[in-house]
Amino acid sequence: MATRIFIFNAVRTVTGPARLGELAAAWVMPALVLAILLAAPLVLSDFRVALLGKFLTFAILAMSLNLIWGYAGMLSLGHGVFFGLGGYAMAMFLKLESAQGKLTDFMFWSGLTELPIFWAPFQYAWFAIPMTFIVPAALAGGLGYLVFRSRITGVYFALITQALALIVSILFIGQQPYTGGTNGITNYTTIFGFPINSPSTQVFLYYATLAVLALTYLLCAWLIASRFGRLLVAMRDDENRVRFSGYNPAILKTIVFALSGGIAGIAGALFTPQVGIISPTMMGIVPSIEIAIWVAVGGRGVLLGAIVGAILVNGAKSGLSESFPAVWQYFLGLLFIGAVLVFPAGIMGLLRGEGWRRPEWLAVEQLRALATRFIPGVSR
Amino acid sequence: MIGRRARGVFRAASPNGSNGAGGKSTADDLILSVEQLTISFDGFTVLNELDFSMKYGEMRFLIGPNGAGKTTLIDAITGKSKPDRGRIVFDGAADLTRQQEHQLVKLGIGRKFQTPSIFGSLTVYQNVEVALGFRSRITGLLGGTRRRDSDRIMATLEEVGLAPRAGDVAGALSHGEKQWLEIGMLLVQEPKLLLMDEPVAGMTRRERERTGELLQSIGSTRSVLVVEHDMEFVRRFAETVTVLHLGRVLSEGTKETVQQDPEVIRAYLGHGVSGQRTVAEAPRPGQKETVRA
Repeated sequence: MATRIFIFNAVRTVTGPARLGELAAAWVMPALVLAILLAAPLVLSDFRVALLGKFLTFAILAMSLNLIWGYAGMLSLGHGVFFGLGGYAMAMFLKLESAQGKLTDFMFWSGLTELPIFWAPFQYAWFAIPMTFIVPAALAGGLGYLVFRSRITGVYFALITQALALIVSILFIGQQPYTGGTNGITNYTTIFGFPINSPSTQVFLYYATLAVLALTYLLCAWLIASRFGRLLVAMRDDENRVRFSGYNPAILKTIVFALSGGIAGIAGALFTPQVGIISPTMMGIVPSIEIAIWVAVGGRGVLLGAIVGAILVNGAKSGLSESFPAVWQYFLGLLFIGAVLVFPAGIMGLLRGEGWRRPEWLAVEQLRALATRFIPGVSR
Repeated sequence: MIGRRARGVFRAASPNGSNGAGGKSTADDLILSVEQLTISFDGFTVLNELDFSMKYGEMRFLIGPNGAGKTTLIDAITGKSKPDRGRIVFDGAADLTRQQEHQLVKLGIGRKFQTPSIFGSLTVYQNVEVALGFRSRITGLLGGTRRRDSDRIMATLEEVGLAPRAGDVAGALSHGEKQWLEIGMLLVQEPKLLLMDEPVAGMTRRERERTGELLQSIGSTRSVLVVEHDMEFVRRFAETVTVLHLGRVLSEGTKETVQQDPEVIRAYLGHGVSGQRTVAEAPRPGQKETVRA
């Protein structure tokens, strides 16, 4: 009997989730979300499709943060920077396509007479598109290595990434001739020869984003299921034990942080052509914190959670800002407080029937006791 | 693999425990040799020109009053504390004091912490799996676990008595089971030298008994250094004992000789040094040790 149990357990752990519920959580729900997103352009207006396309880029961004925060336990409050760098690399390509490889409008206004050397290669798609991954990944890897080597973790790591968001956004604002300053880079006309604002191009970009989202999901799912993925979770649980198990956490964290930065960059590259602008406001402190809110609301450490969180929070944000322009930010704040205090496992946690927590200060029992005493008709 | 061969040779040469510490030995017999090690924190000297050595295949118990420097010595051997002076030679090769923790693990030094240090949200099986992969390259870690490896993981879990719980989340284990899991994670790495910091702290009587038997079986095939406060446990399972006091070796030998050493009795019954305890006051089983050396 004991042997049978242990064989069952061994097989289960080797082959992964075997129970029906786990299987459903692993594949049925993502497939459902994918089906909804595939069908969305058929029923939504062009405006809504463009909006949803933007949310999908946020979903990719949220997944990149979930990978390091939800699994490896590193909260980055600077992911807007990596998103922005990818967005800028794409914007440089689009802008040069519009300007036919010549000086762009904002450079002319800023008094430049020649295209800066580092801009020139971005007129080629074969250079610009890989750069949307490589530049942010390199920055994340370089910064990450220095930070992780010094064994800086937790809130101190979050503060450093927060500082990065501030520094990079100030840098981009200050370098107007090269970055377009506060206005950012905008006014693109075509993408690969197609008019960028036409509905058919936008629908194509929507599906391209959805395809990247699906691929990112598969990549993350594969990574998480591998031994490397288990090592990430191990670092979240007890970094010291990982170190004393013979691994160098600094290297592992650098790798995953660079990968996460690169994925965020790709999200930014998909954002720019759909929204038509990239500016420093996208990489500052506030958007960087918002990303963490999406992940927290959706559910940390669940791949689908980041996607659901990014789409729902942004959907709520645009819905509320249309209906309650003055106070919608309070709703967002309440949602985040709720995610921290009441449902720490996020929406995905609630769907799985776990992670519902009743905060003590709500004092539900006392309220109920009061109600039964003073309000007629209310019983236990 | 090299470790296993070396162990075999030396096991034949020096049967465990029978030729205890203190006897003449050449450098070749020593798996660990700590020479003139000095460590101080904020001007307070914790280890004071300490000399300490262990032979291949030996199981040694390290005892001493609070503040004697036991945990600091283990910290130094595992690279957690950097010494001010002195050196540590391991396995006849490198000076350990210049290496980082994870490099020392790869050299064959395993360490069990005082409080159980495991990965609570992974399963018991996965905990051992993570430990086993420590020599893999990153690219190798992207693949799954091979059949041979999963057999080894299950064999290790059998050894520490956790095989029936392989699929359970490690965070749900009892305190004692977590300690065994951590020991299993070390064993699967086949270390040449195993350092155990109070392995029975917080365990029930039955758990202590089982851990003692586990230690004896581990000690028959590799070198083990056990730091222990629980005198009853030491009397029951120790062969040779080293007593640290104020950062130096006070006494060394079989447990009988050490027990009768007047220096040791004086150190434990204590004059003056605050925070010291007598033998009778040594932590009772199940009591958590909070003050660290």
